[in-house]
Order: sequence, then structure tokens, then C-alpha cells
Amino acid sequence: MSDPLLRVEHLTMRFGGLVAINDLSITAERGHITALIGPNGAGKTTVFNCITGFYKPTEGRIALRHGDAAIWNELDALTGEGRRSRVRRDGALFLLERMPDFEVVRKARVARTFQNIRLFPGMTVLENLLVAQHTPLMRASGWTVLGLFGVPSYGKAERAAIEKARAWLDRIGLIDRADDPAGDLPYGAQRELEIARAMCTDPVLLCLDEPAAGLNPSESAKLARFLRMLRNEHATSILLIEHDMSVVMEISDHVIVLDHGVKIADGPPDAVRNDQKVIAAYLGVEDDEVSKVEAEVGL
Amino acid sequence: MEVFVQQLINGITLGSIYGLIAIGYTMVFGILGMVNFAHGDVFMVSAFIALIAFLILSAWIGAGLIALTLLIVLIIAMVMTSVLNWAIERVAYRPLRGSFRLAPLISAIGMSILLMNFVQVAQGPRNKAIPPLFADVIVLFTVDGYDVTVSYKQIVIWLVTGVLLLAFWYLVSKTALGRAQRACEQDQRMAALVGVNVDRTISITFIIAAALAAVAGTMYLIHYGVVSFADGFTPGVKAFTAAVLGGIGSLPGAVIGGLAIGLIETFWSAYFSSDYKDVAAFSILVVVMIFLPQGLLGRPEVEKV
Repeated sequence: MSDPLLRVEHLTMRFGGLVAINDLSITAERGHITALIGPNGAGKTTVFNCITGFYKPTEGRIALRHGDAAIWNELDALTGEGRRSRVRRDGALFLLERMPDFEVVRKARVARTFQNIRLFPGMTVLENLLVAQHTPLMRASGWTVLGLFGVPSYGKAERAAIEKARAWLDRIGLIDRADDPAGDLPYGAQRELEIARAMCTDPVLLCLDEPAAGLNPSESAKLARFLRMLRNEHATSILLIEHDMSVVMEISDHVIVLDHGVKIADGPPDAVRNDQKVIAAYLGVEDDEVSKVEAEVGL
Repeated sequence: MEVFVQQLINGITLGSIYGLIAIGYTMVFGILGMVNFAHGDVFMVSAFIALIAFLILSAWIGAGLIALTLLIVLIIAMVMTSVLNWAIERVAYRPLRGSFRLAPLISAIGMSILLMNFVQVAQGPRNKAIPPLFADVIVLFTVDGYDVTVSYKQIVIWLVTGVLLLAFWYLVSKTALGRAQRACEQDQRMAALVGVNVDRTISITFIIAAALAAVAGTMYLIHYGVVSFADGFTPGVKAFTAAVLGGIGSLPGAVIGGLAIGLIETFWSAYFSSDYKDVAAFSILVVVMIFLPQGLLGRPEVEKV
């Protein structure tokens, strides 16, 4: 039973003569953890950059839905109209490749993190989570004008935002450090804070770019539990780029393998693990091919 | 002693005007990494807007309700200057964002010359004056026939500056808008990815900078009673010096730097020679740049890897 949340169709991204992604079609299912793996330079981060509006794809369509799956039937009509989105009472469709980056977060509700940590280091831990709730707060404060005159709805929204931020801090065990600068936290805690910040934007799809990079095995295991909790308890769909295969194989529902901008495998973790093409892509070529080449050059 | 107290009063008055302008420099630098050289001239234009508004309104309302007149003048100056600065950012800086670093700087210098010359042609090259306001003074104490006084206009300037600085501090440190601004200062792309509209936040930064410059312009007009087209340059550069002295990018630094420059200037004029007061002020800039490049409250420059 397929229930796609995100559909990437015939995505091509060229930088001058370099083809970073070539005719890639993938889907991410609602409520699943979908892992995107592949050797260095396979184009994984480029896919993320296209989804989150940082790159405008050379060709292709990136569609995301909210609510009822029936709205997928209107995808072609929406594409033909040349508009960015269609919002109905029971669902909405967004063409992400047509939207600027802040709207991808605000309207389509796709959140992301980066390979390197990009917290706001000079702001406090709590403030980092409050910035992520910027959109509802600005609306409640009448774009600041009403907020300055102390309209009660703003005070209420601000308190609700702090409440939500504190709930997340509680969950990742950082409640005691709420007022410390985010840059002072240890590395593993910064990683989790980043994910909590992304969750504070209230996403339907969370794109995580190598969240386990630089973590030790026990921190990785903790992260895997955290991600599984996000999927199970918050019904968040997750798109994950990761090199740590123990994390990928443990938590993913679905694995997509890229190599040189092309999809070479797509399926459940066990099937992908034993796929010959995947093994070849990761390890170079097969052993017997190596011996064949060696024979040719006379070794 | 009596001279010292008197100069302290004068210096704080002047310094609070510099501080208000310096905040504009430091905010724009914080968010764009660019020195907005047109900011001094925006300040000068705001003083002209205040002057014109004052002359029209005082003819209408009459001299009786001077406080009301000034309040309206202040609001008009703030609104019109904000619109001007918003337009300057849209026309002269935003298209150059992402261009090489020097481009917006050159554009800012061009904008500065444009504003100065426009005002020179439109308003004439001579000083424009308003009748003296709040000229009465309160004698605090007298020593050997030397009266230490504080004038009503100084009190007005302190009050208005103080109230607006408080409101501004609240805006930046306590509201969602202020948080978004600080987030944009640290990482614009990440700010966009948590839903902050970076372009709009930058526009609002220019609007706030202009509103504070307009307060400074109106206070300057009340303080000196005259304004000319060239008045943007020297106070502008001094406010920039104040921003650098306090640590560019730091808001409390801008206020402290402004007060420091104002005090240095008045004390120098009182105890040495008023001819050399600008020399003194700018020598400070040179010394600070050599020995304390990040300023009093500035963050040390961290190389991003």
C-alpha cells in the first residue's frame, strides 16, 4: 500500500557541464523513514537542496502533499496552471521547485538540517527553538506592530511557543541549559537541538543530512531512538541522508541508493543490503572483475 | 568641578544623538556586513523633513502647543525617513546582494552623494533655521558665579532618546522580529530554512535604522536650531566612529560609543580647543582601530570554516 508524501519526478540538476543528478525519480512515504544513501558525490545533498528550495532544478518536478491523498489527482492540473500550490480544506499540493526557500518551510512545511551544525551559536538554546516558531508568532503579533502595544493574543502565542520549546528541550534532556548560548553545548547535544529546532517549525517532512556524522556509537544509538520516536509518536515523515549504516539499516523503512546522480537501488533495507550494484558502488568493482583487470595488465 | 558637570550634561546630550545614529550603522552592518555610508545623509534628510514639518505645523497649530507639534513632527520624520531608507535598500543595495563585497559599499557612497546634492539643490546651500525651542534653563547650582544649567531642550532630548532606546531594546531582544533579526545576522540561509523571510527582515532593519536616525535628526534640529545639506557628513562619520568604538555589530556598544564620542568632543572643546575637537574624535578612531580592532563590546572576528 503506497501512500506517498513527497514525489520527486525526473529531477535533473546540472551545474554547467556537470550533471549532479540525472533523471531521478523517488518517493517518500507518509509516516516512513526513507534513507537516501550512496558514495560521496552521489548527489544526495543536491537532492536535498532541490527539495528545500535552495537550488532551482534544471528539470523535473518535486511535489509534496498535505492531508488527503486524493489531492494527488490534481497534480498535473496544478503543474499546467504554472502556480506554486493548491490548498483545499482536506489537503494541499505544493510544487517545491517553484517556491523560495522560506516558503518551503512556512507553507509546505519541509524542515531540514545540514551536514555541519548550523545552530545560531550566539543565541540561547531556548531562543534557537523560538526562532523556528517565527511564522506563527509574527502572525500573532500582527507583524510586530500589535505586539508592541501588548495585544493579549501575542502574549498568549509567545507563552505557547515557549511551552513548546521547553517540551522539546525536556525530550532531548537540555532543559537545564535553556538559557546557555547554543554554541556552548557539546557536539552530540547540538545535533539533537538542531533536530528539535527543525521539529519546532511543525514539519510534515523532516530532511536530515547526515545527523549521525561525528557522533560516537552510543550517541548514534540515542539518535536512532530519537528519530524512531519522531516517526512513531509525532507521525513525522523523515528523509534521511546517512553514512552510518548501522543507523540506516536499523531505523529505515525504505532505502534509496544513489550513485553519480542516478538511482541504482530502491527498496527495504534488507533487499538493498544484498544488492550487487550497491555493493559494487560502495566497494568499487567486484572481486572477480578486479582479477580480470589484473590479468589483462599482466599481474 | 562646575565646568566638568556642565560639560558632562552637554556631552551626554550630544552623545545620545550620536548613539541613535550609530545604532543604524551597527544594525545594518550586523545583518549585511556592509557599512551603509548613506546613513549620515539619511539622518540629514530626516532633519530637513522635521524642519519642514515643524515650520508648516507651527504656522497651523501655533506656538502654544509646542509639545504636541513636536510629537507630530517626530512621527512624520520617522515615517517619511523610514520610507526613504526602505526605498534606498530596495533600489541601491538589494540588487547588489550576492555581488562582490565592495559593490554595495560603492553604491552607498553614491547614495550619500546623491542625497547630499539633492538636498543642496532642493533646499539651497545655506543653513535653515527654526525659532529656538525650550530655550529656558534650570540652574542646578552656582559656584563662584558660574551657573551649572540644564536646558529644557536637553531634558527633552534625554527623555525622547531614553524612551526610544528602551522601546528599541525591547523590540530587538524580546520580540519574534528581533529574534529573526539576530538569526539573520548569524546565518541567513539557516534563518530562511526555519521560516524567516530574510529579505523582509533586512528591509525592516533599514526601516528601524531610519526611524532612529529620524529621532536623532529631530533632536539635532532642536539642539542646534539649524541644519544644512552638509550636516549629514560629520555627525554621520562621528556616529560611525562611535559604532566602531563600541564594537560594530553590538547595539549597546553603539550607544556607549556614541556617548563616549559626545563626551570626548565636549570635554576637548571645554578644556583644550574647540577647533581641534574633530581631530580628537577621529584620532580616537585611529587608536581604537589599532589597539582594539573589535571595539569595546564587539565580538572577536571568528573565521568561518
